[in-house]
Amino acid sequence: MRHRRRARVRAAVVAGAAGLALTAFYIAPSFAATAHSSASSPTGLTAPQANAPVLKSVGKGEGHLNLIAWEGYAQPQWVKPFEAATGCQVSAKYAGSSSEMVSLMANGGGGQYDLVSASGDADLRLIYGGDVRPINMSLMPNWKNFEPFLKAPDFNTVGGKHFGISYEFGPNVLLYSTTVFKKPPTSWSVIYNKKYAGQITVPSDAIQIADAALYLAKTNPKLGITDPYELTQPQFNAAITLLKRQQPLIKKYWGLASQEISLFQSKTVVVGAAWPYQTNTLVAAGAKVADTIPKEGATGWAYSWLLATKAPDPNCAYKWMQWATTPKVQAQQALYFGETPANKLACPIMNSLQKGGCAEYHANAPASYFQTLKFWKTPLATCDNGKNDCVPYNTWATAFLQVTG
Amino acid sequence: MSTTAIREDRSGVRVARVSAMLWRRGWLRATLTLTPPLAWFLVIYMASLVVMLITAFWSVNPFTNALEHTWTLSNFNLLFTSTYETIILRTVAIAAIVTVTDVILALPFAYYMARVASPRMRHFLFTAVLIPLWASYLARVYAWIVILQKGGTLSWTAQQLGLGSVNIGYTNTAMWLVFSYIWLPFMIVPLYGALERIPDSLFEASGDLGARSWRTLRSVVLPLALPGIVAGSIFTFSLTLGDFITPILVGGASSNFIGNAIYENLGTAGNLPFAATLATVPIVIMFIYLLIARRLGAFDAI
Repeated sequence: MRHRRRARVRAAVVAGAAGLALTAFYIAPSFAATAHSSASSPTGLTAPQANAPVLKSVGKGEGHLNLIAWEGYAQPQWVKPFEAATGCQVSAKYAGSSSEMVSLMANGGGGQYDLVSASGDADLRLIYGGDVRPINMSLMPNWKNFEPFLKAPDFNTVGGKHFGISYEFGPNVLLYSTTVFKKPPTSWSVIYNKKYAGQITVPSDAIQIADAALYLAKTNPKLGITDPYELTQPQFNAAITLLKRQQPLIKKYWGLASQEISLFQSKTVVVGAAWPYQTNTLVAAGAKVADTIPKEGATGWAYSWLLATKAPDPNCAYKWMQWATTPKVQAQQALYFGETPANKLACPIMNSLQKGGCAEYHANAPASYFQTLKFWKTPLATCDNGKNDCVPYNTWATAFLQVTG
Repeated sequence: MSTTAIREDRSGVRVARVSAMLWRRGWLRATLTLTPPLAWFLVIYMASLVVMLITAFWSVNPFTNALEHTWTLSNFNLLFTSTYETIILRTVAIAAIVTVTDVILALPFAYYMARVASPRMRHFLFTAVLIPLWASYLARVYAWIVILQKGGTLSWTAQQLGLGSVNIGYTNTAMWLVFSYIWLPFMIVPLYGALERIPDSLFEASGDLGARSWRTLRSVVLPLALPGIVAGSIFTFSLTLGDFITPILVGGASSNFIGNAIYENLGTAGNLPFAATLATVPIVIMFIYLLIARRLGAFDAI
């Protein structure tokens, strides 16, 4: 008996030692990584790949291309002709969120991925993480036809270096029931109004803080909010206070577009923040809803294709970016997803593919429309005032959890 | 031709030698058989758990969001703030209420299956209990959304019966109903096993000693069913404790579970260390729960 117990103890010791050794094995490489990253100073952010060489000319394709994209962004109707024309076989990995894209792109795409179709709230994380590298815009013939504000937007261009090429975008709109609102609401105030308690829905996403900040920028000018993504601590606190006051009025924080659609369809909610996609789907299904961009303006999302630092197929990647920004592909994709194309020349093609398609997705809207949109970008501690006193994204995420409860 | 024969012969001798050695040295044989599964267990299970626990003591750089490998307790301090205390309390409370609900529902059902029903009826009931497990979890949760939402099946039925409209979609009540439904089979099956094992003679003895059915239930059936109840409650409690999909789908405005908080910190904030800290909470809770369960004899039958 005693002998057996001793044997058991010995086995436990051996197992423990093995476990420790393995732990050390797991941790050691990450320690090495810290030593490397601490070389960049923590105060002034620098984009590690800012001076990486760019492609001078597009050469022969490598025969394959690996994309990280939003679900359905590699539809056969525009992928098949690309493969036939360039010989680059496309494989797409679909990601469900900006954060998933950021983690898939860690280590410069891991030498596996070539391009990622990230949204503005992920771009700066990729750029400052050193996961993407600059693109040579002189190789992008369609770039000159872009909406001017999408040629070098601050969410994908840093220090004059283009880390991504814009391609599709859209607004976050105010969706409302036309049976409850006889006239379109003109202010975001309706989603903070007690009158609609228990009948409001907003996205379950920390970037929602920017919507509150945008509303406060107009309704409480004392706070001095100029950019809803660059908030000092007092400005941030004011936005959180507003959202905490809103919380008891919320029926549900929606995570999936389909949830919001069913909330409106069942008349559980009457007003909320949405994407044009929800409006189109609901209207097509006969629901009595409409959307609007209130007088305070709106936040918006804009996607870019970004090139992985370790892209194994740079030539095919450039060919894809050239292809994806042609008017025809831009139009096809805009209609497929209910987005607005970056390329202005896509408008007539949208009309030829679907009657009134151009106007429906605002592709011919005047510049004043686009100026009302504040596009998602990653909130960073460094803000334009040069004081580094802005609230960074991970604080946004934890604070939003405190709001939703 | 002859050389191959010799070679085959030699390899045969070698195999025989190896097997003889393995037979003579039992410890070697045991080591060779046990090493692969043990190594798998250590690497995949224990080491990753240890790494996660260590991560809980690290932090992220607020500027670059990069991991910082300096020891800190700040994550644990954050854990004891009102936001996370509320989330933890909500998770544990709902898991406990769901467990109690399932015990109350499963006890008469399992008793009927084990001791009253005919063999044919028993087979039928077993199938009825287990069939939902073959359908997708998501499909079943979505079905409940249709039942509970405004103008849904429940509300409509209540209105037809003149009870007024029932609107409990997207609330914690909805979560309680859905969880209780989804995990019920995990309570019925172990409870059935425990009740079936009670010898008939005990019931006869109880009756002979003058006990009425209520007394028999209280003094004979319940104590003997307790290990089954505890075993089932481990499933219902831990499955509810770790869930984050049902809160997303049927929960309302304040319905976050520990799992949702982990998801938010990992998925959107990229705060791996704090997510790891949060992950230690269910581990500690389940550890305590299993200790109590062992005291109550839940593992005696294993």
